[in-house]
Amino acid sequence: MSKLNILLKGAIMATALVTASAAFASDITGAGATFPYPIYAKWAEAYKAKSGIGMNYQSIGSGGGIKQITAKTVDFGASDMPLKPEVLEKDGLMQFPMVMGGVVPVINIKGIEAGQLKLDSKVLAEIYLGKITKWNDAAIAAENKGLELPDSAITVVHRSDGSGTTFIFTNYLSKVNDEWKSSVGEGTAVSWKVGTGGKGNEGVASYVQSIQNSIGYVEYAYALQNKMTYAQLKNREGHYVKPDDSTFKAAAAGADWEHSAGFYELLTNEPGKNSWPITGATFILMHKAQEKPETAAEVLKFFDWAYKNGGEMAASLDYVPMPEKVQHLVRSAWKNIKGTDGKAVWK
Amino acid sequence: MQKYFSQVRSMLQNWPDLLFRGITRISAVSVLILLFAIIVSLIVGSLPSIKATGFQFLASPEWDPVTDRFGALVPIVGTLVTASISLLIAVPVSFGIALFLTELSPRWLRRPLGIAIELLAGIPSIIYGMWGLFVFAPLFGEYIEPWMSNHIGNLPIIGPFFSGPPMGIGILTAGIILAIMVIPFIASVMRDVFEVVPAMLKESAYGLGATTWEVTWNVVLPYTKIGVVGGIMLGLGRALGETMAVTFVIGNAHSLTQSLLMPGNSISSALANEFNEAVGELYTSALIELGLILFFITFVVLTFARFLLYKLGKREGKVA
Repeated sequence: MSKLNILLKGAIMATALVTASAAFASDITGAGATFPYPIYAKWAEAYKAKSGIGMNYQSIGSGGGIKQITAKTVDFGASDMPLKPEVLEKDGLMQFPMVMGGVVPVINIKGIEAGQLKLDSKVLAEIYLGKITKWNDAAIAAENKGLELPDSAITVVHRSDGSGTTFIFTNYLSKVNDEWKSSVGEGTAVSWKVGTGGKGNEGVASYVQSIQNSIGYVEYAYALQNKMTYAQLKNREGHYVKPDDSTFKAAAAGADWEHSAGFYELLTNEPGKNSWPITGATFILMHKAQEKPETAAEVLKFFDWAYKNGGEMAASLDYVPMPEKVQHLVRSAWKNIKGTDGKAVWK
Repeated sequence: MQKYFSQVRSMLQNWPDLLFRGITRISAVSVLILLFAIIVSLIVGSLPSIKATGFQFLASPEWDPVTDRFGALVPIVGTLVTASISLLIAVPVSFGIALFLTELSPRWLRRPLGIAIELLAGIPSIIYGMWGLFVFAPLFGEYIEPWMSNHIGNLPIIGPFFSGPPMGIGILTAGIILAIMVIPFIASVMRDVFEVVPAMLKESAYGLGATTWEVTWNVVLPYTKIGVVGGIMLGLGRALGETMAVTFVIGNAHSLTQSLLMPGNSISSALANEFNEAVGELYTSALIELGLILFFITFVVLTFARFLLYKLGKREGKVA
């Protein structure tokens, strides 16, 4: 009994200590997208070691992140889906891109290895619309001469949970296919015409890996870490490209960040010979009018540090850091974040 | 006056009793308050959706977050069908387990078997889900489903339920995983109630020349029917509300198909999948309304079970 008591007391004291220290160092808090969570957590750890200021990030999903920042319960929100400029205006928010990643179509066909299958936008859209139902369809075969495609039904796999990955994927299909745009549209969750839904990247990945003749889409980092069979995609300029950080960077370079209001820029179907067509950035949301300018300044200091020093860490987790040019644009946009006295928080 | 004082004195002397009674009363009432509060908040949360779609919500199979059009038919059907499949499998199996444990098993085997069943009941549902997804579904899809669609899929009437591409995941898989999850619940309740049947009753029946089956069917089951139905309801309650395991293996597709091999959706897995990222009032509200419907279904099922027991109880003592 007494042992239990001691244990209990110890546990209570430990909790008290943890909460006390957390409250003491005026940590910054954020919530939102799950996709960038690994890199935000890694940055937070490194930043804490350097500056003593911790960053507490809850990966509750993009939708949750938007809700939390609108309600001002966190210092910043994170979303894989950028908010439209008019929505930002309405809620007094500003957003900026933090890191990039790509969405990759993955397949499971016996005898076909990573990068061998080539798909163009029309074929990909029609597979997901349920119009192309067999792998040896003439439209697929025409792009893949010399590849032995089975005469079997395609099992389509998509995300079952609302997700920024789905948003980027459906945004791409909406851009390249009119029928997709009118009958399905884009969103973090859509009304799928065909297929079965897996929960999370890991759900889609395990479905694709266990179901023969299936196709799905996952985050690039996920495809890489699980050594999945990805397909090549034909980009806007008609070149087939493989997904890797060089093709993602090419897509980001092609993007017109300077003229996109509120950084509302989706990196799908960007121009550039070497651009991966389904690229996307993940965004940070902050209030433009800050009641606590000191905290906001700390938040911006953290992201500034992450831009400057976080690139390698991002690359090690298979994210793609933002190009230098974009970082400069973001820093100048930070001047719009002001305290109650009207002074810019970021100097 | 004196009487009054003595009353006060006894009250003062008994204050721990009074305090204890107060605490128990508060605990009991808080259950009611909580239940009521949950219902109210579910209704308030789903008002926008109820206003927007009305009863159409129950009948429409459409679920389109992009255009904000929601219908609950697919998840409702999925919930009911998976729960029914699970009971169809779990009830006979649990009955067998309980019967074996109480009547037929050698004495040395009873304890280990009983403990094993209780351990199964304690495994978190996510484990069943992962096992279902990574182990069961691939095997099921590779060996059993092709056989099903080739042999049962061609039969009239029941054929269409068992045809389709062998994916390993789908409504049938979800039902089977659920059955595995509820078997320990139902079996352990059944075993417990079978054990309390007075030995005298059974021995009398055996003495009259009844077989084991006749004793079980005509003596043990009638004596324990309330407990048995209670155990089944406990299992059904878990099957209706189970979330993680179902989400992993049901396929999460908002589509209505006749085939049990095709992916579907259940209320709880739709909630688990979509609540986090639901943006917009109507979307969130439609999800909360799904929760309200699940609440309602559970309520109806439990009421029905009570009603069944009441009916059975009325017939008691009468010759059928």
